[in-house]
Amino acid sequence: MELPAGEGHFLAKGIEQQSGRDRKMKKVFERPKSMKNAIFHYCAGCGHSIAHRLIAEVIDEMEIRDIAIGVLPAGCAVLAYNYFDVDMIEAQHGRGPAMATGMKRVLPDRVVFCYQGDGDLAAIGIAESFHAANRGENITIIFINNAVYGMTGGQMAPTSLLAQKTTTSIAGRESVLDGHPIRISEIFSQLPGTTYIERCKVNSPAGILKTKKSIRKAFQCQIDGQGFSLVEILSPCPTNWKMTPVESCRWIDEVMSKEFPPGVLKDLPEAKRRKEEVAP
Amino acid sequence: MQGNKVIGEAAILAGCRFYAGYPITPQNEIPEYMSERLREVEGGIFIQSESEIAAIHMVAGASAAGARSMTSSSSPGISLKQEGISSMAACQLPGVIVNMMRGGPGLGNISPAQGDYFQATRGGGHGDYRTIVLGPATAQELADLTMDAFDLADRYRTPVIILADGMMGQMMEPVVFKEPQPRIYPEGVMMRGAGGGKSKIIRGLILDPLDMEEHNWTLERKYRVIAKDETRHELYQTEDAELILVAYGTAARIAKGAIKRLREAGIKTGLFRPISLWPFPENELRDLAKSVENFLVFEMSTGQMLEDVRLALQGYARIGFHGRPGGVVPTPVELANVVMRQYDRKQGIIDHY
Repeated sequence: MELPAGEGHFLAKGIEQQSGRDRKMKKVFERPKSMKNAIFHYCAGCGHSIAHRLIAEVIDEMEIRDIAIGVLPAGCAVLAYNYFDVDMIEAQHGRGPAMATGMKRVLPDRVVFCYQGDGDLAAIGIAESFHAANRGENITIIFINNAVYGMTGGQMAPTSLLAQKTTTSIAGRESVLDGHPIRISEIFSQLPGTTYIERCKVNSPAGILKTKKSIRKAFQCQIDGQGFSLVEILSPCPTNWKMTPVESCRWIDEVMSKEFPPGVLKDLPEAKRRKEEVAP
Repeated sequence: MQGNKVIGEAAILAGCRFYAGYPITPQNEIPEYMSERLREVEGGIFIQSESEIAAIHMVAGASAAGARSMTSSSSPGISLKQEGISSMAACQLPGVIVNMMRGGPGLGNISPAQGDYFQATRGGGHGDYRTIVLGPATAQELADLTMDAFDLADRYRTPVIILADGMMGQMMEPVVFKEPQPRIYPEGVMMRGAGGGKSKIIRGLILDPLDMEEHNWTLERKYRVIAKDETRHELYQTEDAELILVAYGTAARIAKGAIKRLREAGIKTGLFRPISLWPFPENELRDLAKSVENFLVFEMSTGQMLEDVRLALQGYARIGFHGRPGGVVPTPVELANVVMRQYDRKQGIIDHY
């Protein structure tokens, strides 16, 4: 194509104008600084990547990247150290809260958080998580509940729902043979050692924003020395639920939330604040 | 001072500031002592954990954070800790693990025994790894080797096991604590938050087999240096001996008593006592075989260290064995009688099962 004399091509002009505008444009979305420039290995529609990003955003916003230490589980999130640009130590299956206990006691001014799945926390590591909670260890657990063992291929988890079909409960989970789904947040909130426990879900923009707020609150709880905090996140696992991502998000609302109702289960700092407001 | 308390005090003097443990006989005086002493020293942390498993992983966490850390237990408890020990070896985390052995297998009993030699010296948990294993025989050695264990753990960034038994833990002997060495452990390997610099990763999971293989060889190269440089042993009346007893820990004390009686009876007997059980002092033992033909391995087990002695001496000397498993502590007289009944200068020790 021949260019008209004396004038730049209209496309080129457009680009010029575009780039001129670029310089003035405000950045509204970027990778959190606490995330590495790496591509998640998680399946399409998986909640882990959302949870990772939320944690990283909170770490950035609270400016705690330099003092944060993450303790990783066995499970799909075992490779999270490839994504977080904060100090990360990998625990054996279920032992994260024990390891975090050791680290936090030695380094009380650091922010130590465990990232755990339902198998890691509620099955093989129930003793470690329960007793860390009971001791009121000043740590935060981010508990990803997707009602299934993800990495090993969709076996029944302690949080699998009754009648839920998994590779080890083909006909659906039966209470007589397999027991009932365990409500960790409800149980832990009964322990005097815990201070802040909330159940969230990452299946909608509103849920995601709420989850982020909850993670932030949990970290603040730890920074203020309030004690044990836990954020349970209902998280979609389309691959093992044999659903599309959209169906998975809907299933969380319509089915999973009935067994695991989202909400604040314990908030001692908030209760204390309210009491103080009323008192004077 | 009682053996278990000696270990506790030696650990404190060596700069141990983190202890996690779970009660189990015959080592309960260690957590009790640590709970008291760690409250007195600055930065001391004591946790009575919910399980043996939690204890070892707390130690791993504290170690990663940079504290000198220790846990202790007895045989069944040590079995539970193996997951964590394997993990610490993989992640190259230092730590000291005390095993006051008792009779086994299973719950066994609470009497002194030496049945955990294989478990301690062969890695114990899953995967290709070794732990340094020290076998004290006196309260003085409980003190010295506990302090050395922390230095070795730091130097090689690996878990170190003190392998003693209920007898060592309960007995009382005078002790002089030595001056501890200043700690040499680079801050760069501690995990204390990225602090404005590059973030660190501590992990044992390496999915690529070639990378995992390289990690295995890295560990193995370290173990070879340890095997070359860190063997320890004691020779006792071996210069003129025609028969050498090989024994460690409590069994070595019994052997010394038996040697006195055997010499009175005219059988010139000596003792080779491995102090480092891994690495096993095989070259030093083989040196003895240049001048001595007959060896008797004596253990409070059915014969575990016996295999290491065979590896070192097979083809060089005649090797006999006497063992009492299950928590039985034989007397020096019994051992001396075994030798007198079954020792033949030309045939060595004749088997007597």
